[in-house]
Amino acid sequence: MPIALDPSPALQEFAHPEKLVTTEWLAERIAAGEADGPELVVVESDEDVLLYETGHIPGAVKIDWHLDLNDQVTRDYVDGEAFAALMDRHGITRGTTVVLYGDKSNWWAAYALWVFELFGHEDVRLLDGGRAAWQAEGRELTTAEPTRAASSGYPVIERQDAPIRAFRDDVLGFLGGQLIDVRSPAEYTGERTHMADYPQEGTVRGGHIPTARSVPWARAAAEDGRFKPRAELEAIYLQELGYDAAQPTIAYCRIGERSSHTWFVLRYLLGFEDVRNYDGSWTEWGNGVRLPVAVGTEPGEAPAR
Amino acid sequence: MSPIDHTVPDAQDALPEAFQEIADDFHALGPKDRLQLLLEFSQSLPELPERYAEHPELLEPVPECQSPIFLVTEVEGSGREAIAHLFFSAPQEAPTTRGFASILAEALDGRTVGEVLDTPEGVTRGLGLAEVVSPLRLNGMAGMLARIKRQLVEKAGA
Repeated sequence: MPIALDPSPALQEFAHPEKLVTTEWLAERIAAGEADGPELVVVESDEDVLLYETGHIPGAVKIDWHLDLNDQVTRDYVDGEAFAALMDRHGITRGTTVVLYGDKSNWWAAYALWVFELFGHEDVRLLDGGRAAWQAEGRELTTAEPTRAASSGYPVIERQDAPIRAFRDDVLGFLGGQLIDVRSPAEYTGERTHMADYPQEGTVRGGHIPTARSVPWARAAAEDGRFKPRAELEAIYLQELGYDAAQPTIAYCRIGERSSHTWFVLRYLLGFEDVRNYDGSWTEWGNGVRLPVAVGTEPGEAPAR
Repeated sequence: MSPIDHTVPDAQDALPEAFQEIADDFHALGPKDRLQLLLEFSQSLPELPERYAEHPELLEPVPECQSPIFLVTEVEGSGREAIAHLFFSAPQEAPTTRGFASILAEALDGRTVGEVLDTPEGVTRGLGLAEVVSPLRLNGMAGMLARIKRQLVEKAGA
């Protein structure tokens, strides 16, 4: 049985309030011992692989996007066997409610959530505000290792990419559709190929995918790292972009982590029915031979085919 | 200098002495404890001296790193015999990057410019960290080392 939903009024306005929990709710569950067993497992997923070791939410386990979720050879996610082994190692069963949180307004936590959904894990939620909100409220962090026992028997599930993951050719056939580039404005125009202060991953062309609209991911986040209220999100994605929640939508960024954040906003907070994350993103597109590229602030035209 | 542990797949070339000691410490530990040791390094990264803390524009950014880090070098003397000093600034929320900086500070601060310049580029791969922090993240440490060397060449005329 999945654990009861967070009834906090602030969450109920969203299309899928069951995908979010508040810090208060999580703190109460932990205090009540409800996060000790297999019903509820709290997972930290950060950009910085050592941040968890500096102190984490009591009982939380760590899943690293790079070491645990990515295949170490092919540019892809782990397969069903590796995912099952990861779940078993952390005491997560197929019926476990997983609450993810992390640094940077939950970028990597949202990315991890998206990977959990590639494997169809039913009940995965985000801690609204992530690590920063928990810390800002002075809630407990500990360096004590979780005592959670490993489990066994997480089923080997074949990843279902198609519903929420877009590949290069999908995007090529989607030009002119609801395509969102969530990178910074300078990356969108082509002035630079990576975020300020971030590694250059060797992208040989700057710019954006023609017809993509620019909405930097952070516009969906409030100052405290929580998601903005629904009305403010609608003002951006529905009114400003004129997008329709019933129409297919694809989001991309540089490697797919920032666009996971936007994917979550569109899919679960605004209830878009069909949203895919293009995880190849600019590090694939900006290197692709003969792929069309638009530079400057305008979305540009889809090339005639 | 102790012999290279050939059971370690990523240690191919002999490491400089200063790195060898750090590498031995890491290789003596299992993966979880290696992270703990890296965390201890991150906690012992010296604070910036005031002359830099008040003048962040004097520090050079290292864009190869995942998280913002800035560094600056000083030299006492000139040429390869000059003594190199290294200073770093990285936020507490970036412990991995701080840990990398702290390892470089421990291994290279106070050595001669010549010794720093002779440090092989691949030194960061010999520490046993690739499997616990990922090779992608280790690129950040290599980026710091390259920038340190470039600054020292300019400043010491080496």
